[in-house]
Amino acid sequence: MTIKDDNERQRKVLLDRREALTCMTWAGTGLLWAMNGGAPLTKGLIGDAYAAPAPKEFTFVQISDSHIGFNKPANPDAMGTLKEAIAKIKALPVQPAFMIHTGDISHLSKDEEFDNADQLIKEAGLPVFYVPGEHDVIDDGRGQSYRTRYGKNAHGSGWHSFDYNGVHYIGLVNVMDLKAGGLGNLGDEQLTWLEKDVSSLSSSTPLVVFAHIPLWTVYPEWGWGTNDAAKALSTLKRFGSLTVLNGHIHQIMQKVEGNAVFHTARSTAFPQPAPGTASSPGPMKVPAGELRNYLGIASVSFVANSKPLAIMDAALSANPAL
Amino acid sequence: MIPNQSWSLFFGLLAALILTTCLGPEAKAETAPSVHIDNFTFTPQEITITRGTTLTWVNDDDIPHAIAATNKAFRSKAMDTEQKFSFTFTEPGTYEYFCSLHPHMQGKVIVKE
Repeated sequence: MTIKDDNERQRKVLLDRREALTCMTWAGTGLLWAMNGGAPLTKGLIGDAYAAPAPKEFTFVQISDSHIGFNKPANPDAMGTLKEAIAKIKALPVQPAFMIHTGDISHLSKDEEFDNADQLIKEAGLPVFYVPGEHDVIDDGRGQSYRTRYGKNAHGSGWHSFDYNGVHYIGLVNVMDLKAGGLGNLGDEQLTWLEKDVSSLSSSTPLVVFAHIPLWTVYPEWGWGTNDAAKALSTLKRFGSLTVLNGHIHQIMQKVEGNAVFHTARSTAFPQPAPGTASSPGPMKVPAGELRNYLGIASVSFVANSKPLAIMDAALSANPAL
Repeated sequence: MIPNQSWSLFFGLLAALILTTCLGPEAKAETAPSVHIDNFTFTPQEITITRGTTLTWVNDDDIPHAIAATNKAFRSKAMDTEQKFSFTFTEPGTYEYFCSLHPHMQGKVIVKE
């Protein structure tokens, strides 16, 4: 290899980085955020995703951490911002097929909090699939209220699966029976169920797994990870396309590992600090005018014959809607 | 006579004030030891009390927390901001506990005879 080749390559890397940074700028304004097999999004993929949608393309939307009942200074109006998130979903140019909520619907598992959340969420007019966050299982019955409302067709503490348009969706619960010093927890009963749930699926079936606490270790010092996630991922490793959607950390994070794409969504209620940037993961107070830059929804597109699912995050402040 | 009476009253009040100021908090601390929760941290993180003492946890954080002993000796409901949980320790020993919502938060109670 000559020096010229090296320079050529370096220039190419820089160009790629510049392209990536362009995408990052979009992310900063909350308009668009996507990923593709470990590499930052290329313009080509944006073109593919937007200009030439495959006939079988469909989208679903993810919301998370609405914390209805929260009224502290970081956001005294969590109902108002959830309402804005739902309005944003209704304004999407292509209506999603359904919605998933990755937990912490309520702040204190109170009936009126669930009632208020339900009233707002049903305005979207979409089927909704839930998994609980730790804030949804702190009633006296340790999640009884949640399970009565949202877990009718679920197993155990609320895990379930369903199929839509050739994609298999698995909602996991990792907020029960947390151990001292530990992270999120799936437990053996759920892991055994997971093995059975996917046993008859072809490895080419795209999988979407959603759970509240990240299924990858984001920051163990703040409990941002799941102890036995590796066992679940080992069960799923034969699948060619695995998209993992989480909440809990109230900010966007992503990781790509082999065929798996991990993504966490923003909250609709209040932001939390980036790992290690504060003394604790408590609600982050931002100037009132900036709050909506930190809150938002995620829209996931499935394009037939395209391996990774494109995930686009939109901040509440983003205008126009995606 | 009148000035003397005033001085007596003044010194009397002063003595009462000093007694209240010096003894008040100490006496209070002895009867009601507490652990405060703020910023996802227990303060003090380790506390030593004597057998029969009632310990109170106070949530000063803007997020709910819940107390759970690792050996399951005690467990609170979720405590929202300003809510409290108390437990009376009748057996000496070391009790490790954590927040059952945020298990990275841990603390210790040492109960002596």
